[in-house]
Formats: sequence, C-alpha cells, structure tokens
Amino acid sequence: MDIRLLLDRPTAAEREAVDRVLGSATSDWDGGGPSRADGHVARGGRATRRRRHLLLPALHAVQDESGSISRGALGYICERLSIPPAEAYGVATFYALFDTGKPRAPVMVHVCDDLVCMRRGGAELRIRIEETLGPEREGAGERSWGSSPCLGQCDRAPAALVHTAGTGYETLAPYDGVTSQVTIGQDRGELTLLRRAGVVDPASLDSYRAAGGYSMLDRAIGIGPEGVIASLEISGLRGRGGAAFPIGAKWRGVAEAMGPDKFVIANADESEPGTFKDRVLMEGDPFALIEALTIAGFATGATKGFIYVRGEYPVAETLLAGAVAQAYEAGLLGRDVAGAGFTFELELRRGAGAYICGEETALFASIEGHRGEPRQKPPFPTECGLFGRPTAVNNVETLVAVLAVLEMGAETFASIGTERSKGPKLFCVSGDVTRPGVYEVPFGTTLRHMLDLAGVGGSGRVGAVLVGGAAGAFVGPESLDMELTFEGAGAVGAGLGSGALIVFDDETDFGPVLARIARFFRDESCGQCVPCRIGTVRQEEALVRIATGRTIGGLEEERTRLGDLARVMTDASICGLGQTASTAIQSAMRLGLAGAP
Amino acid sequence: MSDPSVTVTVDGRDLEVPAGVSVLDACRVGGADIPTLCFGPTMTPANACRVCVVEVEGSRTLVPSCSRRVEEGMRIGTESDRVLHSRRLVMELLGSASELDRAGGDLPRWMELSGADPSRFGEAEPEKGRQPPSPGHGHESIPGRAATVFEPVKVEDELYVRDYSRCILCYRCVDACGVEHQNTFAIAVAGRGFDAHISTEFDVALPDSACVYCGNCVAVCPTGALVGKIEYDMREEGVWDETRQEVTRTVCSYCGVGCNLDLHVQEGRIVKVTSPHDHEVTQGNLCIKGRFGWSYVGSGQ
Ligand SMILES: Cc1cc2nc3c(=O)[nH]c(=O)nc-3n(C[C@H](O)[C@H](O)[C@H](O)COP(=O)(O)O)c2cc1C
Ligand code: SF4
Ligand code: SF4
Ligand code: SF4
Ligand code: FES
Repeated sequence: MDIRLLLDRPTAAEREAVDRVLGSATSDWDGGGPSRADGHVARGGRATRRRRHLLLPALHAVQDESGSISRGALGYICERLSIPPAEAYGVATFYALFDTGKPRAPVMVHVCDDLVCMRRGGAELRIRIEETLGPEREGAGERSWGSSPCLGQCDRAPAALVHTAGTGYETLAPYDGVTSQVTIGQDRGELTLLRRAGVVDPASLDSYRAAGGYSMLDRAIGIGPEGVIASLEISGLRGRGGAAFPIGAKWRGVAEAMGPDKFVIANADESEPGTFKDRVLMEGDPFALIEALTIAGFATGATKGFIYVRGEYPVAETLLAGAVAQAYEAGLLGRDVAGAGFTFELELRRGAGAYICGEETALFASIEGHRGEPRQKPPFPTECGLFGRPTAVNNVETLVAVLAVLEMGAETFASIGTERSKGPKLFCVSGDVTRPGVYEVPFGTTLRHMLDLAGVGGSGRVGAVLVGGAAGAFVGPESLDMELTFEGAGAVGAGLGSGALIVFDDETDFGPVLARIARFFRDESCGQCVPCRIGTVRQEEALVRIATGRTIGGLEEERTRLGDLARVMTDASICGLGQTASTAIQSAMRLGLAGAP
Repeated sequence: MSDPSVTVTVDGRDLEVPAGVSVLDACRVGGADIPTLCFGPTMTPANACRVCVVEVEGSRTLVPSCSRRVEEGMRIGTESDRVLHSRRLVMELLGSASELDRAGGDLPRWMELSGADPSRFGEAEPEKGRQPPSPGHGHESIPGRAATVFEPVKVEDELYVRDYSRCILCYRCVDACGVEHQNTFAIAVAGRGFDAHISTEFDVALPDSACVYCGNCVAVCPTGALVGKIEYDMREEGVWDETRQEVTRTVCSYCGVGCNLDLHVQEGRIVKVTSPHDHEVTQGNLCIKGRFGWSYVGSGQ
C-alpha cells in the first residue's frame, strides 16, 4: 500500500515529540529517506505496519507537545507508521482529549459538568470560569476551557483537568484547593483491598515490599499456575468491572489456549460516572496492580501485559509508569521474573477520552491503533482478543482482589459475602453525602448501611440512589434495605455495575439529571451501530423536551417513545453501552422521578 | 470433500444448511424475508446497521443475522414481536437522521413494510452543516427538533458527488476503498457517535486525498450519498428516469483484464457505468477508466 500524504510538514518540535515515541526513522518505509541499498525493494514495510499500535502513543505525544494535532504532525506519524492519513484522522477524531481543529490555547481547562460535580459546586465553577475565560472552547489567548464528562474525582468535587501544552496534565480536585487523592471514607480498621492505599509511599517499591508487597507473587510461584487458577475458582471471585464474570474461568480459558502469544490486560479506563475506586487503588497502591498482573501472566502463560489507564488520570499514570520502571529494575518484570524462569513484559497505555474504550473489545481496538469501536461477541476475548490472540481482561479492583484471595486463602475469601457474591467489595459513594469516598465492605452490606457510613447530605433525606453509575439504575428510598450484591441489585432491577452509588436528596429536580445521563451516552456512543448512534440522540432530545416542558404529544407519548427507544437499544445494539444507555432512564420513569404529570 | 451440514430451525421449520453459512443465508434458504443495509454480498459484514437482527434462542440480545454463523441446533426466529420492533425502530431512526428519498434496493421497501414513521421524533433541525469533530464535548440539542446528519453537498470534480446528508454510515464505501477492494484507504470514518461521518484526512477535497477515482465506493453506496456527477445533475434537474434507461453489457477495452461493463443509457446518452456484482474478476469493481472514462467521450474531451 502506498501512502499518499498531504504536503504539510511537521514542526521540529512535533517531529521530536513523535521520534521520542517511535525512535528515529530506520528505513524508507518509516520516513528515513531512501537508501541506495534499497533499490526497488522496499524493506521494512511489514515491520512498520506491525507498529500501528504506536499510533495512540504518537498522537498523545503531539497533543501533549502542541495542544493540538496539526496536519503536518499527523502526516509525519502516518509516514513513520505507514498508516493512511484518512485512517489516522479517523482515530484522532475519535478521542475527546485530541484536538484536530483550529489550534487551541496553550492551556486547556476541562471542567467536569457531570452528575456529581454539578451538584457539588460545579455549576458555580462553570459560571466563574466562563466569566474569566469566555465562551466554552472559544476563549482566545493563554487559557481556554471546555466541559468534560465525569473525571473520576466525584469524591473531591468540583473537579477540573488542566492540560498545558509542553507540560502535561494536572488534576484540580477540588478546583480551589486540591485535597488528598486517596479518599477512603471509613475507619481504616479492617481493610483488605485498600490496606496499603494511603499508608505506603506509592512511589517506592521498597515501601511496598516493607508492607508485604510481592509476597503473593512468591506464593503464586510456589503453588504454580494451576494452583493459582484453582484457588480463584474456589474463591468465587467475580469481575468487578461490571459484567461479574468468574475470574477463574476466564484465566483458565486463556491458560488452556496454546502458545505464549497471548495477553493479560488491566482495564484501568474507569470512566463510568460516579466511579473512582480504581483511581484510589492505583494512586494509593500502584505496585499491587503490577504484582497482580504479573501473577495473571504467570498463571495464564501470557508473556505480555498491558495496563490501559484512562487519559484523565495523570497521577495514576505517572505513579504506574514509575512503578513499572522500578519493577523492571528489580527483576520483577521482563525475562526471568523474580528468578522463577518466566517472562513477563508490561506496558502502560494511556486512553484519550473515550468511555467506550473501557469495553474490552473496544479497548483492544484502541491499543491496536484503530478507532475504539467494539465488535460483536462471540468470539470472546479468551479466544480472540488483543491482536486476535487469547486475552484475559480484568478490572483493576478484580486484579487487586486476586492478591487478597492468595493472601487469605480461597476458602476464607469464599466465606465472605453471599452465595453468589464473594469477598470484599469497593463502593464509590458520592453526591449528596457528607463523607464521599471509597468504602470497602463485605459483599452483602445493605445500601442503608452504606448511606449510614457516608452520611446523607443535602436535605438529609434520600430521593433516590443511582446504583452502578450512568449505566446503572435508580433505586428509591423504599429499597434502601437491598443487599449490595450481584443478585440483590438484580432483584430491584439494577446491577452493581462499577460499584458507584450516587446519592440524590429528595429535593432533586430529576429532569436535568436524566437529561445529563442521556447526554453522556449521546456523547460517548462510538457511533458504529444505528440503535445506539441515533437512539441515544433521540433519547436525549426527548429528555430535554420533558425537562423543559415542551413535549411532543404530551408526556404519555414521550414515555412511549422512550420505551420504544429503550427496547431497540437494549435488544439490537452491538455492545453494553447501547444496551444499558436507557437503563437508568427507564428506572427513573418507573419510580416516577421525572415528568410526573 | 462435501461440506458438512448442520440442522437449524427457522421460525419453527427444521432446515439443513451447510456448516459455516451465516444465519442470514440460512433464514433466506428457509424463505424468510430479512432486510439488510450495511451488508454487501461481496464484502465482510460491517455489522453496523442492525436491521437484520433476529432472535436466537439462548441469546440475551437479538443477533445480527448477517455476521453470525449458524451452529448445530440453533433455533432462529425472524418474525417475533421483538424482531419486528427493532427492525421498525432502526428504519425510523435512519429515516429521522438522513435523507433517504434516493435510496435504492430494499431500503424504501422495508421503510414501508416495517411500518416505520421517522417523523415521530420531531421536526428536523435547521441545516447547520457539520462542525469540526469534537467528540464527547457535550452537544446541545435544540428543544423540539430532531438532529440530522446534514452536511453541504460536496461537488469537487466532474466524476462523482458526495452528498453525505444521505449517508447512513454503513461503512460500505470505507471497506470498498480499503481492505475489501481497492486498498487505497482514501476515506474513513471520522468523529464519534452521532458526529461520526465519512471523511478524508482533515476533510480535504477528494482530489487532494489518496483517491484514485475508481468509483468502487459509488458502486456500493446504498443511499445515493455517493453518486456519479451526471446522475446527480440529472436527478437535481428531475430528468433522471430509470424506467427509460437501457443497460448494455460490454467488455472494457482500456486494458487486458477484461472487466464487464454495464452501460446505462438514457436517451442515447451513457449516464452511468456499473459492473456486475457476480462477475468473478471484478465483483462489481472497476477502475477510473472503466467507470468514468466514457464521460469524457460524452463531454467531448
Ligand atoms: C461501555 C462499557 C464501558 C466499560 N468500561 C469499563 C471500565 O472502565 N473498566 C472496567 O474494568 N470494565 C469496563 N467495562 C467492562 C469490560 O468490558 C470488561 O467486562 C471488564 O473489564 C472485565 O473485567 P472484570 O471481569 O474483572 O470485571 C465496560 C463495559 C462497557 C460495555
Ligand atoms: S452500542 Fe453504541 S458504543 Fe456499542 S458499538 Fe454500538 S454504537 Fe458503538
Ligand atoms: S473512488 Fe475509489 S479510491 Fe476514491 S474514495 Fe472511492 S473507492 Fe476510494
Ligand atoms: S456514503 Fe454511502 S456507502 Fe458510504 S457509509 Fe454513507 S451510505 Fe454507506
Ligand atoms: S445487514 Fe446485518 S448489521 Fe447491517
């Protein structure tokens, strides 16, 4: 394939930024200029295209450097990686953190306007910022601003993410006086998953080891891959990322696939509104994730792993990058890990502002350098995952829970919780509460108990709790005795989802809340399939009409229309985003939260 | 070696079909009438429009028949209330966002058959043209209006026109230009969600892109979003009339490959050239000379 490029050239700074990621050009195919020895034979074409997975890191490098992605810079990346420019443009324009339009101000403030921040000072913050910086995305000069979906800082609202060209990202949470990022709501007493978070120095391997770190890798090596997988099966540990799939079965599937060419991935894309537990784990105890993923590689026989961390988590990213480097240095990654004779390479990848990239097949596409579009399952990732190879994807909390299984023993782990929901679980409590933060409780704890721990704020009376984030469901005050388990949530028509619990007091006007949830899905749909691409738009339009009292044909007709949309999105969308885009709204309709006639 | 076969049930009838065929093929063998939009017979299914969904017992959601293979014992339903609902809603959603009055093939028929009413989502919003993509940055909807994919029509050369207000984002043109046929990759999907659209890099005009004007994208477009310039002009003038066209099969004389050409002639004038989809060499594809070479004859160049 010949690549035809635009005539624009990169600036020296852009070229250097790209070269820092891709190395210097080596053959004519990747922009090094023809060498005489090449003659008519073009060498290196296939090897170059195999580097397509470096597209996202290269785009980040340019965006970080210049604050936008110019024609010349995109062309240079395409030349280096042998990617058709139309495709690379398609990838760049998929992500919210990349600017491909007119050059942007050097400083860009992404202000969260999602569910929690908007009730916790975010609305006032927006007005203030607009007064000083001008209209959204238009402010000229040094600084500009734009609104952003949930930044995963709901415990420290109102939050903003500031990007400075040439410097990088910085989280301001709360905006006017940053507080500690490890917000553990309860007394430290009996913590397991969060035991080290906020106690160890997250930047120090020695500190981690002194607190017992890496002893579970030794234990895993001692009992062997089969021992690890059997323990996980006995433990009953199920995925904490939303789908609640048993981890033992997943790892066994990958372990049984032939050959070393397979992958394990930590899904750290945490973008569900109201969810911040993975962030607290990574910022408080980053080595734990690396140790757990190394155990995943050992148990499944995968020699390579990735951590895909959301682009809006600069602190976690920096800490993880440092931790990976230290682990390599200490011989805990790479060839012959810990002297035990197995190889495990680990790479960190940064998302760029796309909720959908947390969906596992979209995550593969994103790492591979394609648009983050999910694909139909089956085939499942354990059979056909990253680069078409068997892959085990797990949520950060799930992986950290693997350490707990090994530490306390599978039977003990299985004795915590209920029949179908076992072990300790993290919940992210935010909204109208007095002590927002991450809470670790045994499965089976009731919603009422969680609210007692966090303290209902606002009017002091609960209007509804959104369980599981935007993809979850509202439950009313009559359901506070529900058990927070997979089965308990199912019984009241919700799901635990990501473990987000967003509390709304009884004075809440739910019209705008529902419209905001609908806008989230409209903005975050990948756009691939019709039910979701257009259905999420029609759903949002209907909720805006209801919230502003301009219904088409009255409320009953709007309800019917929303019901029809919910049905097609749930039944016929490709992936979980479209399939759950109407769950919260339908639950609110059932509870009569909005548009009561 | 004879193909192994599997037994499936379609709408209650047992059928024996070759292993490895799609659910769609099996349903059609069984006589079921199932619409498809993004699916092209010579291409790998894009699995995007979801109009072909059917019920498969044991599956939580509906299943896209075009891109799912049959399995032994599969029980398939093509006429359940659930299937008909999704089919109608997909047609309604498409019709509410794109102009479909020039769509060919099955699209108008299914719009009718499914009972779709695209107008139920409100009056179309005023034409505003596409903004540069800014995915995820909060798109305000205009209360009471239904957003559309409107874009000003792109006329950049004498060969073909891109009228993306008619686009249903079926990915067919992208696949035809890329991996499936042409290997040129001049166009791709850019933007995200409802803003996703077909574009060259930075939306440059086609002559500045990698396009080689093979027109294979035009050949696969189901909605008239991509259309030959002559056809576009004639439609705009209201003189395009397929009932008055004759189609003559001939062999292209530009090179030695021997592509079949179908010349569409209206009032003595060649108005369009296509290539039969069932031709074993071309599978419907041509190059610039075969597809557009004749227009120079007509225009006296
Ligand atoms: C739209 C969408 C977004 C998702 N985002 C995440 C995410 O940010 N983090 C995550 O762990 N799982 C996410 N998931 C679930 C993953 O697809 C996958 O099930 C999970 O990572 C598996 O890990 P687990 O078994 O440990 O839960 C998402 C799913 C969907 C449909
Ligand atoms: S359901 Fe939505 S996010 Fe998922 S593939 Fe379809 S358009 Fe993309
Ligand atoms: S005419 Fe051919 S090369 Fe040009 S965009 Fe269409 S398929 Fe691609
Ligand atoms: S231009 Fe035509 S072929 Fe291309 S995606 Fe749109 S409708 Fe499909
Ligand atoms: S024809 Fe099957 S998804 Fe479009």
